[in-house]
Amino acid sequence: MENIKRRYSLAVGTMTEYVSTTPGLFPLPDWAKDDLSDLKGHQKHDLISGDEGEETTAAYETAREEVIDVQDDAGLDRIVEGQLRWDDMLAHPLAVNDAVETRGIVRYYDNNNFYREPVVQDELEASGDVAAELEATADLTDGDLQAVLPGPYSLADLATDEQYGDDAEFLAAIGEFLADEVDAFPDVETLFLLEPSLVESAPEDGEDERASEAIDQVARATDADVVVQPYWGALEEKVYAHLLDADIDAVGFDFVANQDDNLYNIQEYGATDSASLGLADGQSTLVEDAEAIRDRVDWVEDQLQVTEFETVYLTTNTETFYLPYNKFEEKLAVLAEAAELAEVKAA
Amino acid sequence: MSNENKDQFRPEDHANDHFLLTTVVGSYPKPKWLNRAKELYEDPEHGFDEDDYQEAKDDAARLITNEHERAGLDVVVDGEMRRNEMVEFFAHRIEGYEFNGPVKVWGHNYFDKPSVVSDVEYTDSWLVDEYKFTADATDRPVKVPITGPYTLASWSFNEAYEDDAELAYALADLVNEEIEKLVDAGARYIQIDEPALATTPDDHAIVGEALEHIVEDIPEDVRIGLHVCYGDYSRIYPEILEFPVDEFDLELANGDYDQLDVFKDPEFTADLALGVTDVHVAEAESVEQIEENIKKGLEVVPPEQLVLSPDCGVKLLPREVAYGKMANMVEAARNVEADLDAGNIDIERGAPTPADD
Repeated sequence: MENIKRRYSLAVGTMTEYVSTTPGLFPLPDWAKDDLSDLKGHQKHDLISGDEGEETTAAYETAREEVIDVQDDAGLDRIVEGQLRWDDMLAHPLAVNDAVETRGIVRYYDNNNFYREPVVQDELEASGDVAAELEATADLTDGDLQAVLPGPYSLADLATDEQYGDDAEFLAAIGEFLADEVDAFPDVETLFLLEPSLVESAPEDGEDERASEAIDQVARATDADVVVQPYWGALEEKVYAHLLDADIDAVGFDFVANQDDNLYNIQEYGATDSASLGLADGQSTLVEDAEAIRDRVDWVEDQLQVTEFETVYLTTNTETFYLPYNKFEEKLAVLAEAAELAEVKAA
Repeated sequence: MSNENKDQFRPEDHANDHFLLTTVVGSYPKPKWLNRAKELYEDPEHGFDEDDYQEAKDDAARLITNEHERAGLDVVVDGEMRRNEMVEFFAHRIEGYEFNGPVKVWGHNYFDKPSVVSDVEYTDSWLVDEYKFTADATDRPVKVPITGPYTLASWSFNEAYEDDAELAYALADLVNEEIEKLVDAGARYIQIDEPALATTPDDHAIVGEALEHIVEDIPEDVRIGLHVCYGDYSRIYPEILEFPVDEFDLELANGDYDQLDVFKDPEFTADLALGVTDVHVAEAESVEQIEENIKKGLEVVPPEQLVLSPDCGVKLLPREVAYGKMANMVEAARNVEADLDAGNIDIERGAPTPADD
């Protein structure tokens, strides 16, 4: 925890850049929900395998184009692929891997959503599945690209290990696996590592340090700015303190779910040079006002008078696949507008 | 010992002294032609209009009520022929709800998760017509299943209320209003379905409070049941015994009664509507198997407090399998009643005695 407080040494007078973005994992457009359920079916053996056929691939390509247009039109500062193929949500990178068998349907955190339990049965090797999605995205937009992956701790938490035999070894293997996937990525501006498990099943003593090391390993595999986004609450103090040791550019804070503990962490332990603020609710159809979100940014910054961030990412707190498509579109537009308002005010 | 609330549903010509009331949770497979009729109705190119579709739903409700009679059930339902999904159906009838489109549950399974955008209000009755129609179609008592307020709140987006508990209480007041109208129309047996409780068992106090709203000013002799399924019951028992209901309808066959002991200590003071056939097995259990399952219930409550039903709604089963389960359940119930009459059943009830070692 040697980094504690170190990160307060921010240059005075630099101007904060406000970047509107999302953690990805979008809902499918409604036509694609219909077409793909007809093409693929409704049962668990019908879900994405990584070698889907021509028609299915074409449907996903069209849908991807659509959600990239939605982001471009909204004016978001970072463009994600949308992760529309991720039937198993954050477990996707394992669910399509050759070393993994998918079993029964299990609950996705505390939601009315389910994914196939991925069971790792062999030595994990990167497949390039996510890299291919990013390549396709790069061809469709001139905007700044953002990659999205599960963080290693969450991915290990969502999976079952029948290969490595030891929690620490399994986590390290997942870290290495994700680093190799990242290594195959095209150039991206930003990498979001989603880490809800750091909140939902917080690591214990020792495990918190290993989680930070695994995140560090993934972060070092790219030159992009790396944002680690935990959600559904605030990190426990020690988990947060260890996370600051990783070589990352920003930690995310879910201010929708918990304000006090997130503020406490920043005030008590400092922060990374940049921060990601989850200020729009990714699981509610109530669409926030852009001004209200800008005000919340001000409020957070006021609470942290000593700190001025290099970059503040404005985002939904969670993935947005929980939302009906029309509300998802509205949320994106609001985030883009809020970031513009914040820039104007700062200037 | 007698149980007046339950015995009001005892058929006059019941053959045995003992009475193990047989019923269903609610939903039943829709006849294929009803789904076809719905497609025609939704097809703007087709002349099949609202009246035609209404007639089809009436026919289906009559058919399935009759099928329940043929299976020998003591208390029947129309198989929820008029309902599409357990939240959507009610949300369409409650002021304050809005629909924005489908959301993902898993894979390519979606549901039209509604949003509560303003105070919920009661306008027209939700189920009185359905109840009256079914009651006219049969001489047997009719049960009315209603999705509970906690589930209606949990499985909606909440834009209007402070939290889901406040929304649940507001919805509970509407459920109360509906039950009053149902009772006025003659209903005597209401079942509140709260599957969402299983996923968030720590909220049992909210469900209990909502039930207090639901039963306010409802006559004591109207039977109120609560259906819960697929959860860790140890996290809600014995707290649920405080709920103001006459009966708990519980799924237990699916787990092969591995959670039965939960209900033995402390003593189960309400009526137990025991799931005696598994709705996730697409094959009717034998009469003998169901008799064994019924006896599991007698480890928890005396026969006076025992009611029999499938684990959950049977709508996903092939129709002939659903029928087979009902018919076998009724036959098994009558056999166990006769055995009880004859004094042939000796089951120790209550908490298992710790082994001496």
